[in-house]
Amino acid sequence: MDDEPLILAFCCHYCAYAAADLAGSMRLQYPGNVRVLRLPCTGKLEVNYLLAAFERGVDGVIVAGCLEGGCHFLEGNLRARRRVERARQFLAEIGLEPERLEMFNLSSAEGPRFAEIVTTMVARIKQLGRSPLRPDASHLEQGIQDMSQQAETLLAGDRR
Amino acid sequence: MIVADRKKIPEIRDLIQSHRRVLLVGCGTCVTVCLAGGEREVGILGSALRMSLRLAGHADTVVDECTIERQCEDAFIDILAPRVSEYDAVCSLGCGAGVQALAERFPQTPVYPGLNTQFMGILESQGVWTEKCAGCGNCRLGEFVGICPLTRCAKRLLNGPCGGSQDGVCEVNPDLECGWQLISDRARNLGVTDKLNEIAPPHDWSTGLDGGPRRVVREDQCIAGLGPKA
Repeated sequence: MDDEPLILAFCCHYCAYAAADLAGSMRLQYPGNVRVLRLPCTGKLEVNYLLAAFERGVDGVIVAGCLEGGCHFLEGNLRARRRVERARQFLAEIGLEPERLEMFNLSSAEGPRFAEIVTTMVARIKQLGRSPLRPDASHLEQGIQDMSQQAETLLAGDRR
Repeated sequence: MIVADRKKIPEIRDLIQSHRRVLLVGCGTCVTVCLAGGEREVGILGSALRMSLRLAGHADTVVDECTIERQCEDAFIDILAPRVSEYDAVCSLGCGAGVQALAERFPQTPVYPGLNTQFMGILESQGVWTEKCAGCGNCRLGEFVGICPLTRCAKRLLNGPCGGSQDGVCEVNPDLECGWQLISDRARNLGVTDKLNEIAPPHDWSTGLDGGPRRVVREDQCIAGLGPKA
C-alpha cells in the first residue's frame, strides 16, 4: 500500500455517494486507492477542507457532485466548482500540481462513471507520483479517518 | 470598510521562513467582511503555509492560527498578548493599521503583513469591492451630489467630465464608469444640474497624507490631564 497513491473523494450524499454504492452493488472493479468521504452536498465543501486533505498527505483529491442543474440544493455543486478552482490556485502557489485536485459531476445512477472517475484519477496520480507531503501510511490513514469523522458529524448536524 | 486582498503564498513564506514559531493572526472586522483575513482565511493560509514551508525544506517551522475581534484596538489585542509571547514572529491578516497596531504592541516580536491593504470601499456585488473614498480629510461630497470625483474619476477632475468620457465609460479603462457621467446623471435625477455650473475650486490637499500621518484629537474624550498622548 505504501507505494500506491491514496486518493480522497469528497462525495455528495445525493449523487456520487450513491453512485459509489451502486458501483459496489454492480460488482464493478476499480482501484482500491480511494477513500470516500460523504458530504451533505458539495456546496458544503470549503477551500480549507481541500487544503487540509493535502496537508495530511493525500496524493489526490476527487470532488464529486451532482450534474450541473441537478443539485439538491440548487447550486451547491456550482459553488463547489469555483472553490475547487480557488484551491487549485493555492496548490500551484504552494508548489503542488493542481492536477492532483479535480471536480467531477455525475448522477446517483452512474455507478460505472464513478468507477471510471476513480480509475482516471488513480492513473493520473500514478503519473504525477506520490505527494511530497505524504507521511507514513498509518499517519495518513489516521488523518483521513479524522476527516471522515468530522464530515459525518457535519452530516449528522444536517439531519437534525 | 477597509478592503484588502491576500498576498501570494511564496511571498509570505519568504517573509516568515527564518522563524521557528509563527502565529497567524486574523481580524474579525473589515477584512473578515471582504473575505481576506477572517477566521476562515487564516485557516486556509495556515494550511497553505505549512505545506509550502515543508516543500521549501522548513518542515520544523510551526505555524499556528488565531483570530481576534479587531486588530486596530489595544483592548482587543490584549487577549492576544499571552499567546504572542510563545512565538518568534507574527503574521497579521489585518489591514495595514492592524499590522502596525500589533507591531507597536509587541516591540520584541517581528510582525509581517499577510495582506495587501487596498482601499476604503464597499461591496459592489458578490465578490466585487470598489473604492469609494480616498480619505483626503476634506470631504466635498456635498458639492458633487454624493459621488466623489477624487475617487471615482481616473483623473481626479473637480470640473469634469473630460473629453475621454465616452458613453459613460472612462477612456482609461473600458471597465471603468466615468465618475463625471455618474455625477451628471445623479444631478439630473435630483434636479440640481445648475449646481454643476459653478466652478469647483482646487482641492485643499493640506489635509491629505502628504504631511505625514494624520491625527484626529477629541479633547473632550481625552483623559483629563494626560492630553492626546495618553
